[in-house]
Amino acid sequence: MAPSVGEAFLDVRDLVVRRGENEVLHGVSCALQPGSVTGLMGPSGCGKSTLIRSIVGAQRITSGSITIDGVPAGSPQLRHRVGYTSQGLSIYPDVGVRDNVGYFARLAGASLQRADAIIERVGLADHAGHKVSRLSGGQANRVSLACALVGSPDLLVLDEPTVGLDPLTRESLWELFAELASSGVTLLVSSHVMDEANRCDSVLFMRDGRFLAHESVAALQAQTGTTSPEGAFLALVRESVA
Amino acid sequence: MSAAPGAARSHPFATLIRIVRQLRHDPRTVGLVLVVPALLLTLLYFVFSNVPAPPGGKAPFDSIGPIMLAVLPMMLMFIVTSVVMLRERTTGTLERVLTTPISRWNLIASYAAVFGLLAVLQALILGGLVLGPMGVTIQGPWAVLMLVAVLDAVFGVAFGLLASAFARTEFQAVQFMPLFVGPQIFLCGLFVPGEQMPRVLEAIAEWLPMTWAADVVTDLLSHAEVSSASWWHLAALGAAAIAALVMASATMPRATT
Repeated sequence: MAPSVGEAFLDVRDLVVRRGENEVLHGVSCALQPGSVTGLMGPSGCGKSTLIRSIVGAQRITSGSITIDGVPAGSPQLRHRVGYTSQGLSIYPDVGVRDNVGYFARLAGASLQRADAIIERVGLADHAGHKVSRLSGGQANRVSLACALVGSPDLLVLDEPTVGLDPLTRESLWELFAELASSGVTLLVSSHVMDEANRCDSVLFMRDGRFLAHESVAALQAQTGTTSPEGAFLALVRESVA
Repeated sequence: MSAAPGAARSHPFATLIRIVRQLRHDPRTVGLVLVVPALLLTLLYFVFSNVPAPPGGKAPFDSIGPIMLAVLPMMLMFIVTSVVMLRERTTGTLERVLTTPISRWNLIASYAAVFGLLAVLQALILGGLVLGPMGVTIQGPWAVLMLVAVLDAVFGVAFGLLASAFARTEFQAVQFMPLFVGPQIFLCGLFVPGEQMPRVLEAIAEWLPMTWAADVVTDLLSHAEVSSASWWHLAALGAAAIAALVMASATMPRATT
């Protein structure tokens, strides 16, 4: 039952985001504890990416508030404290792994030694000199993750980091996320694979720009009398339309 | 895992280094900037090589060749930088980079610096060709001819970075070239001197950066002393480049709607 104790590190309150004619987020609220892994689960198009882009300050918000460690999201003093990977790769495929991670290290004011350490950490030390365009999708994905980690962020916001990965790589990424959380980093990880909810301390179930729940998976399954995250999600959807 | 104090600043040359690394892996772009204009100029030289000079006048290439230093740099730099910057916008790297401590101005200035340096090399190659093997003589100082070619290219860089904001695909960015650069080529005085154009066109031409550059070149062809009008044109070209860079950085807000 993560979301009830202590001071929230990320605090989203009554967030409304309108993009053009459409209202994408209809007043969502959540609080993330420091040093936790929170899964942001929901079907594609439900507003996960919009929420994530709002948190990292790339999306203008219509109303409500987002604070990170008490500071409004998008503030200049947060820019070195938030790591972000977007749904696309958002790195430079035409240069090497070390060039990419080194670039984001310099942008964050970190050292090139730090870049090498992170490349090793995501298991790409053997590919450090390779061009990203020559790597597999899973490897390129880890380069993008390394670029987000290299600035030693306090908050890591990852949009579908495990999509298209083989089970083994996926497993090692979730282990890395847990490790980061235990060192004090707060993580928000989106996915549309409901089973990945099992790897999170708590889960935000999202549908049509609203949160259906924010609980640990065990609590949700007990509450809905189901045995899988997917079952719990479906039960919550039925409940919400009933 | 909090960052150490003072670690919040971006390395001032981070983006510059990254762009140089990208160019090292991209010989086509470097070729388009350094080799293609030299080839075009050489082609033009041979096109005119058998055309006799009018009695008492100069061979046509003796003025057309140098004026190319006001045409080719802007045209090629515009097309290269508009596509390069558009790629940053469409692949999401721009959005991601802007979530880091880097300033927008640093990002734009890094592009201007790297491509500005390429522009200097380009000017040296084109100017060297015209004044060397092609045997064109100008009355004014050669350094000013180089300067106008560099400023012409830098304006092309700045204008290309700005134009990328108005395109959604690389194809659209390429389509801007005939729209924004084409009329400038026709109006700059290459084909018809401004004073022989209809009044309306002449008035429009006077406001176009390529015309300023071509006017400076024309002045250098026949006058040993650089006129004050030419200095003003050079200043205007530089000012227009800076204005385009400022506008370009304004077209990349950190948060979009």
